[in-house]
Amino acid sequence: MAVAANTLLHVEHLTMRFGGLVAVDDLSFDVNEGEITALIGPNGAGKTTVFNCITGFYHPSEGRLGLRHGDAAVWETLEALTASGARYRSQHGGTLFLLERMPDYLITHRARVARTFQNIRLFPGMTVLENLLVAQHNPLMRASGYTLLGIFGLSSYGAAERAAIEKARAWLDRVGLLDRADDPAGDLPYGAQRRLEIARAMCTDPVLLCLDEPAAGLNPRESAELNELLLSIRADLGTSVLLIEHDMSVVMEISDHVIVLDYGVKIADGPPQAVRNDAKVIAAYLGVADEEEVAEVEAEVG
Amino acid sequence: MEVFLQQLINGVTLGSIYGLIAIGYTMVFGIIGMVNFAHGDVFMVSAFVALIAFLLLTAWAGISSIPVALLIVLAVAMFFTSLVNWVIERVAYRPLRGSFRLAPLISAIGMSIFLSNFVQVTQGPRNKSIPPMVQGEIVLYRHNHYPVTLSYKQLVIWVVTAALLACFWYLVAKTKLGRAQRACEQDQKMAALVGVDVDRTISMTFVIAAALAAVAGTMYLMYYGVVSFSDGFVPGVKAFTAAVLGGIGSLPGAVVGGLLIGLIETFWSAYFSIDYKDVAAFSVLAITLIFLPQGLFGRPDVEKV
Amino acid sequence: MSAVGRESEHPHAPRGPARPVLPAPARSRLASAVRDSAVTAALAFGLFLPLIGFETVTNIRNEVTLQTRWPLLFAITAAMGFGRMFYTLTLEPAIRRRALRAAGAPSAWRARAGRLFVPSAIAFIILYPAVVLLLTGASGALKWIDNFGIQILIYVMLGWGLNIVVGLAGLLDLGYVAFYAVGAYSYALLAKTFGLAFWILLPLAGILASFWGILLGFPVLRLRGDYLAIVTLAFGEIIRIVIVNWVDLTNGYAGIGGIPRPTFFGIPFSADDDGFAAVFGLEFSPLHRTIFLYYIILALALLTAYVTVRLRRLPVGRAWEALREDEIACRSLGINTTNTKLTAFAMGAMFAGFAGSFFAARQGFISPESFTFIESATILSIVVLGGMGSQIGVAIAAVVMIGGTEIMRELDFLKDVFGQTFDPTQYRMLLFGFAMVVIMVVRPRGLISTREPSVFLHERKTISAELVKEGRG
Repeated sequence: MAVAANTLLHVEHLTMRFGGLVAVDDLSFDVNEGEITALIGPNGAGKTTVFNCITGFYHPSEGRLGLRHGDAAVWETLEALTASGARYRSQHGGTLFLLERMPDYLITHRARVARTFQNIRLFPGMTVLENLLVAQHNPLMRASGYTLLGIFGLSSYGAAERAAIEKARAWLDRVGLLDRADDPAGDLPYGAQRRLEIARAMCTDPVLLCLDEPAAGLNPRESAELNELLLSIRADLGTSVLLIEHDMSVVMEISDHVIVLDYGVKIADGPPQAVRNDAKVIAAYLGVADEEEVAEVEAEVG
Repeated sequence: MEVFLQQLINGVTLGSIYGLIAIGYTMVFGIIGMVNFAHGDVFMVSAFVALIAFLLLTAWAGISSIPVALLIVLAVAMFFTSLVNWVIERVAYRPLRGSFRLAPLISAIGMSIFLSNFVQVTQGPRNKSIPPMVQGEIVLYRHNHYPVTLSYKQLVIWVVTAALLACFWYLVAKTKLGRAQRACEQDQKMAALVGVDVDRTISMTFVIAAALAAVAGTMYLMYYGVVSFSDGFVPGVKAFTAAVLGGIGSLPGAVVGGLLIGLIETFWSAYFSIDYKDVAAFSVLAITLIFLPQGLFGRPDVEKV
Repeated sequence: MSAVGRESEHPHAPRGPARPVLPAPARSRLASAVRDSAVTAALAFGLFLPLIGFETVTNIRNEVTLQTRWPLLFAITAAMGFGRMFYTLTLEPAIRRRALRAAGAPSAWRARAGRLFVPSAIAFIILYPAVVLLLTGASGALKWIDNFGIQILIYVMLGWGLNIVVGLAGLLDLGYVAFYAVGAYSYALLAKTFGLAFWILLPLAGILASFWGILLGFPVLRLRGDYLAIVTLAFGEIIRIVIVNWVDLTNGYAGIGGIPRPTFFGIPFSADDDGFAAVFGLEFSPLHRTIFLYYIILALALLTAYVTVRLRRLPVGRAWEALREDEIACRSLGINTTNTKLTAFAMGAMFAGFAGSFFAARQGFISPESFTFIESATILSIVVLGGMGSQIGVAIAAVVMIGGTEIMRELDFLKDVFGQTFDPTQYRMLLFGFAMVVIMVVRPRGLISTREPSVFLHERKTISAELVKEGRG
């Protein structure tokens, strides 16, 4: 099966087992480039598990996770890459990554997939600015000659650090935290911490931004601001977004593509309006179990 | 074969002592998540208290019946050691509960240094030896003039350890205190919310840990006949190794771990080199932590992402 | 199972359990004070009865007998009782009053004093030998420069080295003395076997020690918190026992003696005609070498501090601190935390190696006695007491703890009070352990419990310690 040209992330037959428990069962979906894709489903459906597999924090029991940089022609090398046992390959003007073979930090560093966490994971004892500088660790390390040049105070590092601070400043401006740049991150209110986490993830220059419940705990005004932020990220930087969400106002308003999980299995996949009216989805959220009741609900919904 | 059997007997005896101390480590770690560095020195203090009690009874009170003396010594050692540990918990650990993680560790190390030096200063740095409390042995098996013996004092250790472990198991599994302990181990906040007196439960945990260490201390005194102020550190680390090997937080694990460490040490000394026997224990500790941090009976500690 | 965390609560809330604001009426206050003291005295009596009340004495026939010390027991019990009374009536209300005062962000005057403190302290330390010479003359100066100055500076350097591992990266290392030992023994063996100069061996010892740091760090990287602490302790002890038993290499307990002493760039510090004194036209005095050694260790310590400060501003230092705050977040930002941890171990070990080789050169003799677990514990206490990550704090803590215990050797005047058999040095470690407990209970986050950010956009704001994570290893 050929992979569509604008596919960025191609998930095939992803399965995650924990002992006897199957958290994700034979899940396949695509995330398209430049789109906002939402992964929804009732609690315990396995959404964060999928995230953890994509971002390398879990090693999938089965499945193939292909990620593309550059020219779409590189998808043709997918089978060859799988057979070769390598982690990634550059060819045809693009690079193809097999994420299931890569450790978490390399997925961010090389494949440029960034993520945020369900329970915010900032560096609370460091300032807002420092948080954003840590995100730019890898380019800064190179510029400091892997520390050796930096110790002697060579100017190349100074320039790189100033550029990094500028980039951080731009992001702080964008998320409205510029006036709190020198405050400890642990001091920020909850909504600001969420925005900071997104800004920090964006400072790693990702092609795919994975957000785990970014709207959790936000009031309607803050959710609307979040929508604006994500839309502007998509519009200005072309970053693709994959998000887990429960807040339907966020999902319906900004996503281009929605995937619904229930008990680790995909039950719907399509544009937001289609998914919203899908009887199986409604049944899953309402807790309806078997086929007969689904038919009932279908009849109700019409 | 005879050597093997003899070392087996010796190893189990030594392992019983380690197991009793190991339970103390594992209980405290289970309930407040802290490695009680001072526990080994509490054991040493109990051995000294037992020594003094024994001298009092035999020299002053003139009690000549050994079983009676042993029982009284045991009771006295358990009482005073529990008192010591109870005070230590109130003074050095409770104020630090819920704060900075390293603070109780440093406090415990400080307490360990304090205890061993306290004994050194108050009782002098020399080894203190007593005439053998319990003498005699049973010859189990003789072959080629090499007897495999089970000495009476080893028998006493086995019996006392088994009896106390039985009491202890009953306490943990069947009583209200045991339930409270297990609740606090799982979720302290929630336990408090359902009415468990967390402070008292933790205090009682320290008291029980000390009582068992006191039994170990008395047995140690009886077995070796000599104690010194520096006897806290190495047996303490070995007992901690036993707790880790068995799975820290797991009570049967501590006992099994203790027996294993006792056996490993004894066999190592007999068949390889007695100089490096401590290295054997430390190496087991390191290897277990690196390759099997949850120990034999524990569950892996997985951090939720 | 985790301890109740306080970091999530409001950062400016006063620490300690909430206390009622209204003072109790005087009569019931006195009554409760008396009751508290009685309880304290009873407890003290029970606690001290076995070990202070009785003394085990080995008589001429090598039997252990018991003697009583009732006067001492009663004196101590009474002291505890009255001490508790004093505390309840005077100190406790004072502490309560202080706690109720707003414990907000660290005050401005503290920051200003901090800025003045460092340059003046450095100036004092550089001029210290001259000051001592002036005050005590040539004979007294030797002791003050060597036992105090050099000894304290060694521990300051070790504290700063361990600070990288524990304070910055948040990795609990309880076996730091192992790297100190590697540095000392490699210097001793290489100097005696190959006769290389101090200045060549110093970096060599550092490299060897950091190599060991990586070797020992590698298997333990996955471990967290207490487990990491225990395994590093185990490694430290294993190395010590190996040193003790590998007699062919290390001479075991007897140690290695006759280690070449450092020279003044080739000129030995002897009384001969080609010695330092003769060359510079001075009268020979052992002070020359001591002062030279003092400035060497001062330079080494300042080097450690300088490197640490620079590293904090570089990506690797920031990665260390981020690692301490949240390792998983670090990995999610593309940081290879394995390498970050190994780098921390290696850097810390390197400075310990430098300190170790200096130690060997200064003493001329080393034995395993100097590399026990107590040393690791001491250095760790210095780091924790100083306030993790704070250079100044660690230095102050080293001065207080090492200086304090060394001072105990000077308290000969107490012999006049307690009798000639009273030996204050016996109580050194006792007081040391006691001080560790007290300081932790009173100030769990250390002396300097604030963190300075390594970079700022508009202004440098000090971060209160309640926000800073202590690292899970």
